[in-house]
Formats: sequence, C-alpha cells, structure tokens
Amino acid sequence: MSRLATDLRVVKALGMRSVRQTFRRPQLMAPIVVFPSLLLAIQTGGAGGAVNLPGFPPVQSFLQFMLAGAMMQSLMLAGNSGGIALAVDIEMGFTDRLFAAPISRFAVVLGRLAGTAVLGLAAALWFLAVGLLFGAEIEGGVPGALVAIALCSAAAMAIGGIGAAIALRTGKSSIVQGMFPLIFVVLFLSTAFFPQGLMVEPAKTIAEYNPLSFVVGGIREPIVEGLNGTDVLEAALAIAGIGLISLLMSARALRHRMRTGG
Amino acid sequence: MSAAATMGWRANLATIAALVSRAKNELVRVPGAVIPGVLAPTIFFLGLNGVFANLTQLTGFTTDSYASFLVPVSILQGAGFTGAATGVNLARDIEQGWLDRLLASPAPRWVLLTGMVASASLRAFIPATAVLLVAFAVGAHWPGIDGLLIAYAMVAATAAVAACYASGLALHYKSQSAAPLMQAGVLALILGTTAYAPLELMEGWLQDIARVNPMTQVVDAARQGFLGGITWAEIWPGVLALAAMLAVVAAFALRGMRRMGK
Repeated sequence: MSRLATDLRVVKALGMRSVRQTFRRPQLMAPIVVFPSLLLAIQTGGAGGAVNLPGFPPVQSFLQFMLAGAMMQSLMLAGNSGGIALAVDIEMGFTDRLFAAPISRFAVVLGRLAGTAVLGLAAALWFLAVGLLFGAEIEGGVPGALVAIALCSAAAMAIGGIGAAIALRTGKSSIVQGMFPLIFVVLFLSTAFFPQGLMVEPAKTIAEYNPLSFVVGGIREPIVEGLNGTDVLEAALAIAGIGLISLLMSARALRHRMRTGG
Repeated sequence: MSAAATMGWRANLATIAALVSRAKNELVRVPGAVIPGVLAPTIFFLGLNGVFANLTQLTGFTTDSYASFLVPVSILQGAGFTGAATGVNLARDIEQGWLDRLLASPAPRWVLLTGMVASASLRAFIPATAVLLVAFAVGAHWPGIDGLLIAYAMVAATAAVAACYASGLALHYKSQSAAPLMQAGVLALILGTTAYAPLELMEGWLQDIARVNPMTQVVDAARQGFLGGITWAEIWPGVLALAAMLAVVAAFALRGMRRMGK
C-alpha cells in the first residue's frame, strides 16, 4: 500500500477516534454545543432589540445575525477541546506510542485536526438547524448553507491547529485549557456578536483588523444576505492565513518534541 | 445551653473554620488557581460592554452607562462560577477519597457542607472585587457604600446558592464529569434574567423566563446602587428570592451528603 494511502487511513482512524472521544465526554462536548447554544439563546432574547439601533445592517432578525457568531464560538471551542484532548494523549503516553509506529508523525496531528473539522461541521449543522427551527431564514438557500458549513469546517481545522501546536509544544492539558478565556477575548474583539460600526472603542478598531471578523463575515454573508462572494472570499483567505500559521506552529512544535522528547 | 451542647457548637464552628482555612490554603499555595475564576467574568464584562454598549440608545433603557448596567450581572456571574468550582472541587475530593475521610470524622454532615459553602461565599469576593475595579476604571457609576455592601451581600449569597447546587450534583454523580452541568446550570440561572437589557426591551420566551426567574430579583437588588438610589422595596424581593433558592438547593445538597456512603 502506498505511503499516502497509509497516512490517509491513519488520519481517518484518528479523526474518528477524536470525534467519538468528544461525544463520549461531556467535559469536551459541553463547550462546543451547550455553552454556545445557551449564549445564543440569551443574547438573542436579551439584546434582540439591537436590530432597531440606527446603523444596524438590515437583517431578518437578531437570531439570524447571531447564528454566525454562535458557530464561530463553537468551532473555536472545538479547536481548543481538540488541543486539550491531544495534550491529554501526550500526558498519558498515547502520542508517544503513535510516534514510535511506522506512520507519518504529521498524519497523527492531522488526524486530530480532521476530527476537529468534523466537529466544526457538526456545529454548523446544529446552529443552522436551531436557527431554522426558531424562524431564522437562510438567505443564500441550500448553496449558502453549504458554503457556511464548509467555511465552519475549514475554520475549525485551521484554528484547531493552533490548539494542537500549543499541546505539542507544552504537552500539558492545563496550559491548553488555560487558552479558554483567550478565545472569548478574541471573539469579543471581532464582529462575531455585533456589527463593527456599532461597537465601542477600542473593540471597534481591533474588530476591523481581527482575522476572525473576516471569517465570521464570510459565514454570516450567506445567512443574512445571500451569496455574493466578497465576504466569503475574504473569509477563505483569512482561514488560509490562520491555517498556514497554525501549520508552521505545529510543524515547529512537533520538531521540538521529537528533538527534545518533551 | 448545657456544657456538652456548647462544646458541640464550638467543635462545629472549628470544623467550618478548618474547611474555610483549607480553601484559603489552596488559594495561597496555588495562586494561579484563582486566575480563571477572575478572568472569566472580567473578560465577559469587558467584552459585552465593548460589544453591546450602544444598546443604551434604545428607547426604554434605564441608564446611559452600559458598564453600570452590566457590572452587577458580571459580579454575580463570578460568584456563580466560584460556587460551581466548589462543586467541581468536591467531586475531585470524592474521586480521590478525601471526602470519605471527612465523613468518617465525628463532624455532622451539615457542618461539612456549611464549611464548603462558606468558603465559596468568601472566595467569591475575589472575582467580584476584580470586576468592580475594572468596571470603575471603564466608567461604571460608584454605587455608594450602601450599594456596594448590598452588591457584596448578593455576591456571597449567590455563591452559596451555586455552591449548594453544584455540591448536590457532585454528591449525586461523584465525578468531575458533571462539571459542565454545574457551570451551565449556574450560567443559565444568572443570564436568564435582565442581564443584558431591561425586562421591557427583552424579546420572546426569555422575557417570560426572566419574569419568573427568582434570580432577576437578585440582579435588580444588586443593580440598584449602580443605576440610582437604593430602596428597601427593591432589596427585599432579592433577599427573599435568595433565601428561597438557598433553602431548596441546601436541602438538595444535604440530602446528597446524608446519602454518601450509605
């Protein structure tokens, strides 16, 4: 069997293990589904009047606007959960056993990220279903929904790479878990929850340049406007940039781990 | 009171003091452990203030300072998380067999529970103070000494409610896996109120929930000093709501405590 086919089998097996692990452990599942759903419900009901503010972009409802933010929050937490799980594997020696096997070391990391991508996809499906159930319309129709799902999945993988790099570099689940508050910092400093023009300084200026704003804009566009391409393209570029950075970070952390053993 | 009864009370108070001291030692020996509990409500406060500050432009909003409107919710959220952490710590003690040793002591079980809950109430002052300092720095109104004392009293009692609820769950599930249930329950209770906007500006089902959620009375009582004058008419519903919630969750936790080891 060719090397590539073997690597793909490894990625598939480890990706499935990662997804099963998340669904079996409430500690990993809750941040991905329960907390973002809870915050979506509370923010939509509590701050729903925001759509009446002068300058708020035309949307069908605040729920429709907030769906992209909830997806973004969920996929970022999925990336963090993936990093925690990888660090736990390192702590327990499971990763060392995989590294000792005759398989590509990068396939081991990619397997974890494939699992994160599946969780990002599941999160997108979940929030689209919740949105439709509570009356939000998807302006871009089925193609728009598919674009939003694809962007969520790719973004989960790219952002999950950063969690994986930290796990590989430190080998400590507590340190990856410590990134949890930072996720909310970068989320609040993006347009995930509110239009940039209506935010207050300094969040307003930071949100303008935050790459996550571009990602969330691309996920939001097919939901609130329909497909016209600009925001989706910017999101794809932002995801590619984040992915490239996380790839370099992971490769470097992996090399360091192989060289020093920890 | 007989000499034996006096000695019994002294022993109970000494046990409670020892358990509070144990919680204090955890903070002194691992100062980093306090950081997540402080960071989470602070980040939420700053983030939500940066994002939703312009909601005050909506007709019917009771203040022009969103920081003042939000800060009572953030300190209560910090208290809730501190209480939930008490439940997680208790689950850890159960898993490690430490609680079994406590139960083998002659101390009554309600005394052991009181010690844990009291330490949560005291510990909740740390995130509350941190959030208040940040809030004043970004322009929240000074509530006056009386308003501040009322807010701190609400914080201590809310932490006690959350600690009893989370301890009850810890005693039921006997596993740290129940942590998301503890945190999500507390988050839903505190944010399912007038957390983001006055009742009149809320929408749909959340408005109905906030109307009947006893925690709304607590938020209103803690908030009054930050938004204007303090009246007994606004305080007593909050006190009554806290007393009722505490009675219910304390009975739940005590039931779990009595069943342990039987």
